[in-house]
Amino acid sequence: MTSLSFFRQMLQDVRHQKLRTLLTVFGITWGTVSVSLLVAFGEGLQKRIEKNQHGLGENIVIAWPSRTSIPYQGLGKGRRIRVTEDDIAALRREIPEATFSGEHGRDKSTFRRERARLTPEISATSPIFAAMRNVIPASGGRYVDDLDLDRRRRVVFLGDKLKKDLFGDEEAVGKTVMLDNVPFLVIGVMEAKSQDSSYSGRDEGKAFLPDTTFRALFGERYVDNFIFQAEEASQVPEATRRVYEILGRRLKFDAKDEEAIGMWDTTEAEKFFRVFFGTFRAFLGIIGSFTLIVGGIGVSNIMYVVVEERTREIGIKLAVGAKPRFIQAQFLLETLTLTAAGGALGFLVTLGVIAVFPSQLDEYVGTPQASPLVIVTTAALLGIIGLVAGYFPARRASLLDPVVALKLA
Amino acid sequence: MIRMTGIRKVYATGRVEVEALRGVDLHIGANEYVAVVGPSGSGKSTLMNVIGCLDTPTSGEYVLSGDAVAGLDRNRLAEIRNRHIGFVFQNFNLLPYATALENVELPLLFGGVPTRERSERAAEMLARVGLADRIDHRPTELSGGQMQRVAIARALVNRPAIVLADEPTGNLDSGSGHAIVELFAELHAAGQTIVMITHDAGIAKVATRVVQIRDGQIVDDRRAAA
Ligand SMILES: Nc1ncnc2c1ncn2[C@@H]1O[C@H](COP(=O)(O)OP(=O)(O)OP(=O)(O)O)[C@@H](O)[C@H]1O
Ligand SMILES: [Mg+2]
Repeated sequence: MTSLSFFRQMLQDVRHQKLRTLLTVFGITWGTVSVSLLVAFGEGLQKRIEKNQHGLGENIVIAWPSRTSIPYQGLGKGRRIRVTEDDIAALRREIPEATFSGEHGRDKSTFRRERARLTPEISATSPIFAAMRNVIPASGGRYVDDLDLDRRRRVVFLGDKLKKDLFGDEEAVGKTVMLDNVPFLVIGVMEAKSQDSSYSGRDEGKAFLPDTTFRALFGERYVDNFIFQAEEASQVPEATRRVYEILGRRLKFDAKDEEAIGMWDTTEAEKFFRVFFGTFRAFLGIIGSFTLIVGGIGVSNIMYVVVEERTREIGIKLAVGAKPRFIQAQFLLETLTLTAAGGALGFLVTLGVIAVFPSQLDEYVGTPQASPLVIVTTAALLGIIGLVAGYFPARRASLLDPVVALKLA
Repeated sequence: MIRMTGIRKVYATGRVEVEALRGVDLHIGANEYVAVVGPSGSGKSTLMNVIGCLDTPTSGEYVLSGDAVAGLDRNRLAEIRNRHIGFVFQNFNLLPYATALENVELPLLFGGVPTRERSERAAEMLARVGLADRIDHRPTELSGGQMQRVAIARALVNRPAIVLADEPTGNLDSGSGHAIVELFAELHAAGQTIVMITHDAGIAKVATRVVQIRDGQIVDDRRAAA
């Protein structure tokens, strides 16, 4: 149809039935807002939780050497397993597809600066630990590096909360703190991050030392735990198996003895959350879709009324040679236009809500995300609903008998 | 031009069947001006709608301009109405929100005529029925006679083989009615084939042929001595 009839008629309809058209468009708008906002919130929440989980690092396994539970080659069970940096080095060599870092812990040493005295958790590690565990230095500082390790430098990297407790708002990098009366240079402070799970305390409260310095200072030979990380979550089980195998060989325990080394596979939780959120989002999407479908039924109803009211006009058009399929297309297009208008309005509302969403809430529920996925699925749904809602009234219009339609004076 | 044989039309309303046409044979040649007369309810409009492919006969044969019409689908029938038929109704049947020009453009629009040509031809036709200065008026801004002229312009704009008019003066005062009758006479003089239903014996006299219908059958078919 040309602009002549199509748009003029549309405006005519809208003017004629202001309230009804408005309510219908509002129904679609409401449905669109429900779908897109619900899915957007779901996505924001998921992102938030994933981010929190990754506070511990992505695809991370934390391993604690413990005691054997299976006798092995004449050795009894209950034997203590101890892992050294040499063992970690062997793992690095033999499992190149994963990264490893040993970790020494201690919570009996006191940090002192001016009047502040604190006994934080100390974590002594290798440089690679920072990248694995998402410990990121705030600008102006750095993490422990290889040179620190080689020279057993007395340097410390502070969690952001620990820094605050020791230094307040002052700059800490370049300053000295006393660790059991030994001066340590602060080389960096951790950038604030969210972390929803931890072992031996959150990273924000920890002091990170080079493991060589730590061992020299406290005479520790064995790591308290070690962590490893795979490129992909799917590689974690194989890497874990190899760890048992290699350490079992070196430290003489059965590779099947899972108690010899306790492991916390953080990808297990992620797997759960991925399934949980897939379901959660589908659920939100379905609820929103129902709202949208109800809106579609509204549109369909109003189009039936429009067809009814324009019966004579349809008769006239048929009489002068409009093809029924043309009449059908006209009403279908009109329905789609109404639906599109309602949908566009809905998207605007959603974008508006996302724009004014208070950022303080991000920490708790995340920020709703207007991702392409949300927009594309909602638009596709709108299109389908518009087509279905328009099809039946449009079909009725096209099936009108011109003689009968013209008789309605 | 029109060749109908044994046309029957049965309306089934609930349990009652109304046989509106019971075996009509009718041949109409080019440039005939046929007046269809008969009492109310005799089947005149029904016959007109069948001729105009607005309605399909229950049985019988109908050949329009050499093509059999029976059994064509609704989209094809619409095409035939668009190309070959021009309708003029008693109650004008103009689109109320469209201007005179837009109303006349309508058949061209459905016939796929490009925009420029469309408005040129429509304006030309409006000038021919004497409404050159009413092009942008809407039906509500026109008199009954003027509305019927718009309708006639619309019926003619696609150069149809035949113009069908169902009591075109029925809703007009005698003055405007007379002018419309004169307009039809002019069109006929210019070569247009016309079939017109009328109750007015005076109008019937203008036609070249008068067909009388009673109870769905042609009871009299008389050509005026030329
Ligand atoms: N759609 C319909 N359904 C049922 N019966 C119908 C229908 N249309 C017409 N009829 C019947 O068919 C018969 C012929 O009707 P038609 O309209 O052709 O008469 P007419 O000669 O045009 O009358 P008038 O001069 O009053 O316009 C009438 O008895 C009418 O009741
Ligand atoms: Mg009639």
